[in-house]
Amino acid sequence: MAEVLLRVRNLVKYFKTSRGVVHAVDDISFDIEEGKTLGIVGESGCGKSTTGRCLIRLIEPTSGEIIYRGQDICKLKRSEMKNLRKEMQIIFQDPYASLNPRKTLLQIIAEPLLYNKIISSRDKFAIEKRVLELMEKVGLAERLINTYPHELDGGRRQRIGIARALAMEPKFIVCDEPVSALDVSIQAQILNLLKELQRDLGLTYVFITHDLSVVNHFSDDIAVMYLGQIVEKAPADELFENPLHPYTQALLSAILIPAVGANRERIKLRGEVASPIDPPPVCRFAKRCNYYSQECAHGVPPLLEITPGHFVACHQVKPVAPSATKAN
Amino acid sequence: MGSELNGQAAKDNKELVLEVNNLVVHYVLQEETVEAVNGISFSLEKGKTIGLVGETGAGKTTTALAIMNLVPDPPGVIKDGTIKVCGYNMLELSARQLEKIRGKEVSMIFQDPMTSLNPVITVGDQIAESIMLHEKLTYSQAFNRAKEMLEMVGIPGARATEYPHQFSGGMRQRVGIAIALACNPKLLLADEPTTALDVTIQAQVLDMIDELKRELGTALVMITHDLGVVAKICDLVAVMYAGRIVEYGTLEDVFDRTLHPYTEGLFNSLPDIRNRKNQLQPIPGLMPDPTNLPRGCSFAPRCRYVSDACREAQPTKHQVSETHVIYCSAYDDSNFQIERARGRGGNG
Ligand SMILES: Nc1ncnc2c1ncn2[C@@H]1O[C@H](COP(=O)(O)OP(=O)(O)OP(=O)(O)O)[C@@H](O)[C@H]1O
Ligand SMILES: Nc1ncnc2c1ncn2[C@@H]1O[C@H](COP(=O)(O)OP(=O)(O)O)[C@@H](O)[C@H]1O
Ligand code: SF4
Ligand code: SF4
Ligand SMILES: [Mg+2]
Ligand SMILES: [Mg+2]
Repeated sequence: MAEVLLRVRNLVKYFKTSRGVVHAVDDISFDIEEGKTLGIVGESGCGKSTTGRCLIRLIEPTSGEIIYRGQDICKLKRSEMKNLRKEMQIIFQDPYASLNPRKTLLQIIAEPLLYNKIISSRDKFAIEKRVLELMEKVGLAERLINTYPHELDGGRRQRIGIARALAMEPKFIVCDEPVSALDVSIQAQILNLLKELQRDLGLTYVFITHDLSVVNHFSDDIAVMYLGQIVEKAPADELFENPLHPYTQALLSAILIPAVGANRERIKLRGEVASPIDPPPVCRFAKRCNYYSQECAHGVPPLLEITPGHFVACHQVKPVAPSATKAN
Repeated sequence: MGSELNGQAAKDNKELVLEVNNLVVHYVLQEETVEAVNGISFSLEKGKTIGLVGETGAGKTTTALAIMNLVPDPPGVIKDGTIKVCGYNMLELSARQLEKIRGKEVSMIFQDPMTSLNPVITVGDQIAESIMLHEKLTYSQAFNRAKEMLEMVGIPGARATEYPHQFSGGMRQRVGIAIALACNPKLLLADEPTTALDVTIQAQVLDMIDELKRELGTALVMITHDLGVVAKICDLVAVMYAGRIVEYGTLEDVFDRTLHPYTEGLFNSLPDIRNRKNQLQPIPGLMPDPTNLPRGCSFAPRCRYVSDACREAQPTKHQVSETHVIYCSAYDDSNFQIERARGRGGNG
């Protein structure tokens, strides 16, 4: 078994607003092994991006531990964090918004190298050499080195974002919806590129998406989030074959399969996602759940290991004794 | 192709709600001309659903705008073609006549619900307004109808007095649908109505469109890039690339008996939820620049089956069955098969 690279314990991120406290991320815990991909799925506003940003301390968690190679990064000083940030990078959904429109590819990709003083800004030759290396790695043609991002299409802009993230030779990358803005034919190009890089460079990913077929294809483990909490986490195959949480079951049944006659009856949910502002201390899914019963009124269900590697947070899904048969 | 299919339907005495013939739409800008739609034809019978499928820039929205006669002008110019909605020649009607037909015979759901909603008018009033435009009702009658429409799309009637910003994205999209359906149009154009929505909400909205369509007998043009959505609700599929239809047929024709290399490429790009180890085979390269389309087949620069002939002339049309049409010169050779066809042991 591979080493655990990142261990997250009781991570909380609240935002205080005029309307109340937004519980964006509310007590989540998980481990990621080195070289693996943890997919995080869930619907809009469930806290995926907030989680991703906390993991590399782009925003400060309200509480909790983020233990990277045995060290709690929440306890690091800014300068120490700056050093570690080289190893921990992020790729964003919107390649347009995250790139400076007034800079050329050369300047954009070189920026982290100069900022972290990896290469001296006077050494033009070394800078260009390294940038060209990175461009080649992500499949950007050499001739584009002096173009501006607005001259390029979405797929190429996403490649710039990836090249920039790779500049510091990171070990760990948070990919926040890296293909959601792209057309399917381009999406497949980028997904294959990210997989290749993972294989070649031994990268560990957190892969955030709302697209269930993409997360299934890309991840080793998948965590399903609902209103700031992880409601289920399991290896990808296990999650798709044997979803145990009522929300996961409904979510998976809503996937539209691009094949004739493949779409089954979906599980219908009542209502819409509730507000993350000052949620009551019960199961966050209770109002929409088809299995709601008396039992569910007793506090927030903890995330328990039901069978080895398969975690569920639901009062009505109970751990199976080792000798008993598999749940469901 | 449209004309043959139109002819076929006419023979069977089916009621055609939409006939698009050789539509060409360009956006003429100062320095260049965007060739957005380059000669497309298709038709649709009462109660049927066609999926217009294609990636960004394929010309889907422009086609829908042309059907409504709403292409922004300038820069848009309808260079050629005819469009008939329920027999009305949309491109030749006066502004007054168009106003009567829009909403009543044909209406459109826009991709971003906010663009079609007025932020300072309550949702109930917005629906009532569009009803009063077409039917002689008093305000209070129209407002009551508006409440019924909201109920129909799953929003409590009591919320009719709220403003769009008080609704979630999914609810706003449903308001857009309620407005589009308020006057029971015979034809509904839905431009990526669920793309901005979450999966479970998307499923709700699609179920609802499907139900309404069945109840009211509305014909539907579903514009989408999502082949899952197509499989779920379409009877017919037109795959578009660079402003042209490249493959056209029934859902089964296009999904189970795929023939066009681009359609194959789309399927190969999608992760297979039933087999997660499946390697993605992206289509290499990029969409062609619509201001500078290749002389021959627009897909030639990305096509794995390309030959010199493809680059020289527009692809040839092959009508492989009564319902299934493709534009691809490779099929000039009667032995040609795409890989997806080999996989299923023949051209089906
Ligand atoms: N800076 C902030 N101030 C206040 N609330 C915030 C802030 N950032 C995020 N939130 C709220 O926290 C919750 C989680 O947001 P987050 O962006 O993490 O969701 P997400 O899962 O990434 O959603 P999406 O799929 O739409 O990207 C939402 O309710 C959001 O409105
Ligand atoms: N108002 C406009 N002015 C100039 N070009 C436009 C305009 N609207 C669309 N286009 C161009 O026309 C082409 C087709 O666009 P569109 O019909 O929106 O495609 P789709 O809906 O399939 O993404 C694209 O190249 C697009 O950039
Ligand atoms: S705890 Fe109860 S309400 Fe929550 S998901 Fe489980 S069954 Fe449903
Ligand atoms: S005409 Fe030629 S280039 Fe175009 S799709 Fe057919 S084989 Fe490919
Ligand atoms: Mg997000
Ligand atoms: Mg569009």
